[in-house]
Amino acid sequence: MRPFRYEHAADREAALQAGRSAAAAAGEAHVRAPVQYLAGGTTLIDLMKLDVMRPEVVVDINGLARQHGEIRSGPDGLQLGALVRMADAAEHPAVRRDYPVIAQSLELAASQQLRNMASLGGNVLQRTRCNYFRDVTWAACNKRAPGSGCAAIGGPDRGMAVLGVSEHCIANYPGDFAGALAALGATVDIEGPGGRRVIPFEELHRLPGDTPHIETNLAPGELITGFSVPAGPWTRRSLYLKIRDRQSYEFAIASAAVALDLDAGVVREARVALGGMVAKPWRSHEAEAALRGHPLTEGSAQAAAAAAFAQAVVHGEDRFKPELGRRTLVRALLQCAAMEI
Amino acid sequence: MEMTLNVNGRDHRLSLDSRTTLLDALREHIGLTGSKKGCDQGQCGACTVHLAGRRVLSCLTLAAAVQGRAVTTVEGLAQGENLHPMQAAFIAHDAFQCGYCTPGQLMSAVACVREGHAASDEAIREYMSGNLCRCGAYPKIVAAIREAAPQMAPKMERA
Ligand SMILES: Cc1cc2nc3c(=O)[nH]c(=O)nc-3n(C[C@H](O)[C@H](O)[C@H](O)COP(=O)(O)OP(=O)(O)OC[C@H]3O[C@@H](n4cnc5c(N)ncnc54)[C@H](O)[C@@H]3O)c2cc1C
Ligand code: SF4
Ligand code: FES
Ligand code: FES
Repeated sequence: MRPFRYEHAADREAALQAGRSAAAAAGEAHVRAPVQYLAGGTTLIDLMKLDVMRPEVVVDINGLARQHGEIRSGPDGLQLGALVRMADAAEHPAVRRDYPVIAQSLELAASQQLRNMASLGGNVLQRTRCNYFRDVTWAACNKRAPGSGCAAIGGPDRGMAVLGVSEHCIANYPGDFAGALAALGATVDIEGPGGRRVIPFEELHRLPGDTPHIETNLAPGELITGFSVPAGPWTRRSLYLKIRDRQSYEFAIASAAVALDLDAGVVREARVALGGMVAKPWRSHEAEAALRGHPLTEGSAQAAAAAAFAQAVVHGEDRFKPELGRRTLVRALLQCAAMEI
Repeated sequence: MEMTLNVNGRDHRLSLDSRTTLLDALREHIGLTGSKKGCDQGQCGACTVHLAGRRVLSCLTLAAAVQGRAVTTVEGLAQGENLHPMQAAFIAHDAFQCGYCTPGQLMSAVACVREGHAASDEAIREYMSGNLCRCGAYPKIVAAIREAAPQMAPKMERA
């Protein structure tokens, strides 16, 4: 690991002050700024050890838990502070009852040790598990070293994405919780040197395009302070289905976050997000549109799944993934429709 | 950096590089080698300790970040000569072979019970999945936790 200066921020103002020198690196990607915030550290410290991330200053924001460490649930929806730990959100009674897709996306992720450490703000900013990205002995990785090429294309690509990829990067966004936030139409609260702003969660992450090293629309030094999930008649009938190579403690190879509002079996509203093979958290408006107004049957679920993967791009070994993704979505929709709420 | 770490109820004043992880501080600087370094990447659980009563991975935790919070390692489980019920159960069930993963398994197992995640074998398996065992002692680890869980009366425990 390279040397860095450790700073502890007692509150949000102190964190933003410390992040100001990062803001000076304007034009740089948030994750590549010389000042990085430290929450659980389960992504940052890991990638610093691997020499993938090289901040000069690490600003510990765990002191912000006093301001941004709460879960609040009310008639308008759910507020999740950025410093809430994954384990605490997963076990929160209101989250489990009213937003099961969120609780499940968290409890099926990582291990209890990691969930005790990891924050919700850090979680959505976790980085790809692409092996070529994580191993700096591979010279070619546009995400890690812009302009260097992509070692993954043409190589073993079982863990890669098929939706949203570009010819410059086919990395998968690995997070589970982000799928739940995307499906439920959450918003992100952001504070920066320029003040406060709120954006749809769907607009937090960017497609790789020809700049895969710029992963989000956060400016250097900006701080995520929390998430708001709007209430809706679909949130209780929601679930997260995660398919993986081992039953526990593994990233998804395919996943679906779904929520349904049914009227005598007919879909009034459907929310769908996909994972395990997506370049960024992936809400499928195509699948939702295919379901709306139709009875939820195996046939309509298959039509939605076909729409969701119509634009899939495969490379080699990953040819099985669209079919796995379709079956995952069909199963999730049928299970969700059968839920007793 | 100058820092004070509270480990197993005792304060340690240390002068450490900011890069030092809690795991390295424990093993290399405080001399508590019970916590093990398996992967050093957050993937195996061998380095599991309790921080303010919750299980965490010490290899992904900066020592500087835990100042002022109580750290408990496997060395802090027993009370003098009296083994913690979880330690006794691991011995009774032969819940290890080489023993390398065991300190992490024990710390995780104690937390698993306290969290209320040891009500069934299925729950134990799920909530212990962050602790890998290359020797494959899993069935015996589950049996040991099942046996120790009801014995972990609050009075047997230290913070
Ligand atoms: C072995 C292993 C298995 C895992 N399995 C899964 C899995 O199955 N599913 C899954 O979803 N995840 C999994 N993860 C990833 C894990 O969930 C993330 O690493 C974790 O959620 C990141 O949160 P953190 O608080 O530790 O982030 P940190 O590492 O502290 O931060 C990550 C990044 O976000 C920035 N940051 C943090 N907080 C903020 C903020 N509030 N505002 C702005 N920037 C911020 C940091 O500067 C850093 O760049 C796994 C991780 C490991 C190590
Ligand atoms: S897929 Fe993306 S992250 Fe992986 S090697 Fe290619 S450019 Fe790098
Ligand atoms: S050494 Fe920490 S998880 Fe493996
Ligand atoms: S007993 Fe050998 S690794 Fe678990």
